[in-house]
Amino acid sequence: MEGLFTLAFVAQVLRITVPYALAALGGTLSERAGVIALALEGMLLGGAFTTTIAAYATGSVALGALAGVAGGTLVAALYGLIALRFAADQVVASIATNMLLFGLTPFLSELAFGSSASSPPIPGLGPEVLLEPLFWVALALVIAVAWMVRRTAFGLRLRAVGDHPDAAESVGIPVMRVRWLAVLMSGGLAGLGGAWLALSAAGFTDEMSGGRGYIALAAIIMGKWRPSAAVFACLFFGFAEALQLNLQATAGGGVPRELVQMLPYVLTIVALAGFIGRSRPPGALGRPR
Amino acid sequence: MTTSVSPNNTLRRELYATALALLVALAAGSVLILTWGESPARVYGTLLAETWGSAYGIGQVLFKATPLIFTGLAVALAYRAGLLNVGAEGQMAAGAFVTAVAGAALPTDTPGVLAVPLALSAGMGAGALVGALPGWLRARFGAHEVITTIMLNFVIAALVMWAGRAGFFVIETTHTAPIVAGAELGSLGLGTSAANLSFVLALVFVVWAAWFFGRTRTGFEWRVVGASMPAAEASGIRVRRVIILAMALSGAMAGAVGANTVLGDKHYFEEGLARGAGFMGIAVALLGQGQPLGVLLAALLFGTLAHGGFEVNALVPRELVEVLQAVMILALLATSAAVRRAAETAPATPATNATTTTNTKQGA
Repeated sequence: MEGLFTLAFVAQVLRITVPYALAALGGTLSERAGVIALALEGMLLGGAFTTTIAAYATGSVALGALAGVAGGTLVAALYGLIALRFAADQVVASIATNMLLFGLTPFLSELAFGSSASSPPIPGLGPEVLLEPLFWVALALVIAVAWMVRRTAFGLRLRAVGDHPDAAESVGIPVMRVRWLAVLMSGGLAGLGGAWLALSAAGFTDEMSGGRGYIALAAIIMGKWRPSAAVFACLFFGFAEALQLNLQATAGGGVPRELVQMLPYVLTIVALAGFIGRSRPPGALGRPR
Repeated sequence: MTTSVSPNNTLRRELYATALALLVALAAGSVLILTWGESPARVYGTLLAETWGSAYGIGQVLFKATPLIFTGLAVALAYRAGLLNVGAEGQMAAGAFVTAVAGAALPTDTPGVLAVPLALSAGMGAGALVGALPGWLRARFGAHEVITTIMLNFVIAALVMWAGRAGFFVIETTHTAPIVAGAELGSLGLGTSAANLSFVLALVFVVWAAWFFGRTRTGFEWRVVGASMPAAEASGIRVRRVIILAMALSGAMAGAVGANTVLGDKHYFEEGLARGAGFMGIAVALLGQGQPLGVLLAALLFGTLAHGGFEVNALVPRELVEVLQAVMILALLATSAAVRRAAETAPATPATNATTTTNTKQGA
């Protein structure tokens, strides 16, 4: 264990945590407004893909990141169209949205790069996480969103819309508009998470979201739908993942890697069952009007 | 007047919405095909010819449709009781893994009449356990089954890998030892296709589910629970029991996938076997309107697309069919809402009275 908790290790934890945290942050906004955030996986994947296209075309990391935000928002707009405009079942709409992205991104990757499996290398992030402007942008977003949900009028509206939409409407809050805003913002944040994935790997690979959207959802539930707590849950998951990677690389590890991999999911089930304090979702979560 | 809420009209409405969704998916697919620089007519034509145009093609469609029938029925069963089982993926993996392990553990000379039911019931039992757990968590603690089943998918995937590496996988591989000869399910003899007797088993389950939904007391109780849990409770139905039982049966149905992939085809379990069929079961159940016959038809359609995508890969990337399937579901969600809304507003025309309008709204 000695020599494990070095600066390099901390950097590795942060590198793994950033996409989780951005997606979880976005998902918290969406769920607090009463809209299920199961499409995070598709938003991450969409963001990673548009980032790759833009960074490949322009050679710019910043433009790539912006394209990631746009890509995630676009996926969110599609999800919002089905889930909000047509008031469809949000779980099914989310799963179909994810399915679409898992088919569309390799198709478009083949179209753009001649390979559905991976893209050519793009300009990516350097080895030092703390020297990356994108890391500080992500950190600022974490603080800003946590503050927004808790301290601003918009945050109050968001929570009102998610818990008591009828009451919110009766005092003049435009429920649908707030929900749309929350969903689009969740797409933008998750899209930036996807951008981080693509830039971190310096390219797109098929299915590169790898279930991170679901881990982010797990973190939201672990964090009891509070942005800062969700981010801390992500940090914990990132820590466990980095620890596992290191143990594997060094000693071979006494703990089977599968058992570490399933940790976030087991913890989520335990949290939902109420064994570590009641984890109660927003009142109107998943209910179309 | 009140015809707008009659079941006949509802069915017509749903069929209309489904047809519209299929058209939207075809159109979206055409756009993608054109983007690729191919002719939609040629791609769709090839897809049809290579699937339903030969014995081999038909066999492959049935082979690809079989797991979707099992998982589609699994989702439809739980949904009847008002539960959304997103865990068919994990239940299927656990079932197939245990089917293979049990099938390999039998004495080598076990006759088929014994070996097949034993291996299959072990797998379905494993699926039932994995399904019953979120059912129990819901009934006992109120933990929502959507989240717990999603999380369990990952837990099961990891557990199967762990158990496999801990001794069930053949050294240096990610597959188990072969099952005994007696546990192998025979081929349907459609060309050299992988279609096997498990398709017949799937048909039996379709008929069983139709009978269960339509003709049994338990099936009726599930429907009451699905319509309103408080109302069911008030009328004396033991809702908690229904929830656990529905999830267990749903899990057992998903666990039966091993009949097709393990007993009928590979004859061992392999990591990633039939991956995605569990999630696809949700799409199949939705497209099939939760009805057993609808599930069968939707599974055949998705089976056609799955094998067809493989066959048109020379013309367009096979991922096209995944897009088609997803667009179909998204479009169905939208069109059924649009058609429902149109039906709600239709009676508001001067030809009808206000009472009809309120009736329709309650019906929807």
